[in-house]
Amino acid sequence: MLVEITDAVIPAAEIVAEIKAGPDGAVCVFDGMVRDNSRGRKTLYLDYEAYREMALEEMRGLAGEAVTKFGVRDVALVHRLGRLQVGETSVLVVVASAHRGAAFDACRWLIDTLKKTVPIWKKEQFVDGAVWADGEPFPGGIGLPKALEAKAQSADGKPFPSEIGLPEAPDESGNENGRALLDNPPFAKNAEDGAPGSVRSGRPGAGK
Amino acid sequence: MGRRSVEMDLAEGTSVTGLLALHRSFGKAAVWDSIAVAVNQEYARAEDVLKDGDEVALLPPVSGGCGVRNEYAG
Repeated sequence: MLVEITDAVIPAAEIVAEIKAGPDGAVCVFDGMVRDNSRGRKTLYLDYEAYREMALEEMRGLAGEAVTKFGVRDVALVHRLGRLQVGETSVLVVVASAHRGAAFDACRWLIDTLKKTVPIWKKEQFVDGAVWADGEPFPGGIGLPKALEAKAQSADGKPFPSEIGLPEAPDESGNENGRALLDNPPFAKNAEDGAPGSVRSGRPGAGK
Repeated sequence: MGRRSVEMDLAEGTSVTGLLALHRSFGKAAVWDSIAVAVNQEYARAEDVLKDGDEVALLPPVSGGCGVRNEYAG
């Protein structure tokens, strides 16, 4: 199985050619491209970012699950990051199988599931502004139940001192959909300050 | 929250839920209601308890692939 996250152009034709083997009766290809418009606005380009190592691991899991779940012979799953221009391939899903039904089903399941669970985000740059795409709601089992969050507190219930707490996000960011967490790109490819987008926990007093 | 990463000292036994509850006042409520949490790069459950050295990531709804929500394109 070929599973990759890349910063370069995805060689779609080569990947499709290489996956084909004797037992296959069908190869189903989904080539996801950057469209020139979104919700009535003209798109200039898209910037994709990922929580890279986790995204790759999730993609590997999906590829393996597709083989098991649909009984297809092989899968290639490649996602590109960085700035993509209109018409370029952002994601490629290729499924090789003895029969077309399983190939179609696995291909559809792979792209639909990837879009909901793999930690990759895109910022849409329009002629007249930019916005982080809304994204798909997390499926049950991944998102967190709201009621639990609202009632919870730390084990001993004491607030953390201000120097430990996280800084308050600015109210206005200029981002059209006002999503404070996304004021900055969520994850950089090569963040130097530890794992991207993360916090580290430690026992009280541990690290002082 | 305006930062890519931060180190935190947490009380022993703090859960994913507990960590989130401490920070709900930052930013907009809708953001907190829509995120998922990963611990050490795997999706976590609300009741999972954090331990020393864990890497916790707060993940907004993802938007990889192509097209936009509720729309199939490409």
